[in-house]
Amino acid sequence: MQEFKKKYKKILEQYLLKQTEHNLYEGQNISRELIQKNISPEEVISIHKASLEEILSDIDGDVQHSFDLLIEVMVRYGLALKEHQTLIQKQQNLKMEMELAANVQQTLLKTKVPKEIDLDIGIITVPAKEMNGDYAHFLHDNTHVGIAVADVIGKGIPAALCMSMIKYGMDSLDGAETDPVIVLDVINRIVEKSVSDSMFISMFYGKYDTSKSEFTYASAGHEPPLFYCSESSSFSELQAKGLLLGVIPNVKYEQHSITLNKGDFVVMMTDGVTECRSKEGFIEQKTIMDIIENVRDQSAQEMVEYVFHKLEELQDFEQRDDFTLVIFKKV
Amino acid sequence: MNISVELHQKEPLIINGIIKGEIDAFTAPILREKLAEIDIKENLQVIIDLTDVSYMDSTGLGVFVGFYKSINASNSHMELIGLSSRLKRLFDITGLGEIMDIQASSGEVKIDETV
Repeated sequence: MQEFKKKYKKILEQYLLKQTEHNLYEGQNISRELIQKNISPEEVISIHKASLEEILSDIDGDVQHSFDLLIEVMVRYGLALKEHQTLIQKQQNLKMEMELAANVQQTLLKTKVPKEIDLDIGIITVPAKEMNGDYAHFLHDNTHVGIAVADVIGKGIPAALCMSMIKYGMDSLDGAETDPVIVLDVINRIVEKSVSDSMFISMFYGKYDTSKSEFTYASAGHEPPLFYCSESSSFSELQAKGLLLGVIPNVKYEQHSITLNKGDFVVMMTDGVTECRSKEGFIEQKTIMDIIENVRDQSAQEMVEYVFHKLEELQDFEQRDDFTLVIFKKV
Repeated sequence: MNISVELHQKEPLIINGIIKGEIDAFTAPILREKLAEIDIKENLQVIIDLTDVSYMDSTGLGVFVGFYKSINASNSHMELIGLSSRLKRLFDITGLGEIMDIQASSGEVKIDETV
């Protein structure tokens, strides 16, 4: 403190002698040091008053009293500054915890992309913030490949915790051969029981029979996937009625099947894809289909990455929602 | 990202609500709070007009589902009217259109989404 008093007095003396920019700038420099050392505003004024008294040996009594009043007024400013600094520290701590949680989430929700001789699967999932509210999971055994794409309605940490419910449900299933309607039913019951009243999940589940090239699917309020038929070079929607997960316990889900021929592919996504908005308004489904069709001859992974980057561009690089896109191609 | 929520109770068992603007992650809490102020009693009818809602995402849906659950639990009724085709599609895809009472905006043609 003594060191600062000396320094401050010197700067004040210099400035009183000559009011140059340089001498003023010294004042700026010392304030940085004072803040770093947590010297409060009222202490600075006290130092100023003491220095002034030493430099000008006769200061008007009124001026001295005025400083005392100013010191009193600044006390509250000092408290506000301390509070501000505490909040900044808290925020930094929270940020670190969030990053940790996001890492844990990534590890827990890791999924392996199945490798099958006549299947090409591409996946991209990008959270809008640290925690991802979208979930994509693969199941794989000798005869079937299962794929789940889900979107937790709600954001942040509660949404991510909700996802562990889905993972728990998926882990308790009998494997990739399970019928989609059963998968959805199991998870619906778990979510309805355990999740808060304002958290819901939309989910699409499909199972692919590798020997028959048959894709069987069901949906719980999820955005219908696109199916591309290479023979007719056209898209259609894979619609299946079913209520969102977690609303009521007994839900009937529709189940349908299609056969995949060479070159056909299924595009599964979350509303981070379909609700893309540019300055002009919503990006139409037709635009998304055109973008996908442009790259249909590339690998599934190349396709999903291309679509993501293209849509990123169209949105002016402002990602509003978690973005998940899976392309499941028969080659 | 603006929203306005007006609730009028002209009769003891009927509440008319008008929502204008966007219902998304930022504005949904405001809507939720306003709906929570409603004293839900048996046989209450709540009619909410969404004609001037320009955008709603899944967070908005969450608010309505939460409110719907409370309504159901007390034997009262909720109706959503004036939905644009985009909003109606959202309710239809999620299956909420089947369990909730919703009406499209009058004069709008229902578009078949299959391409």
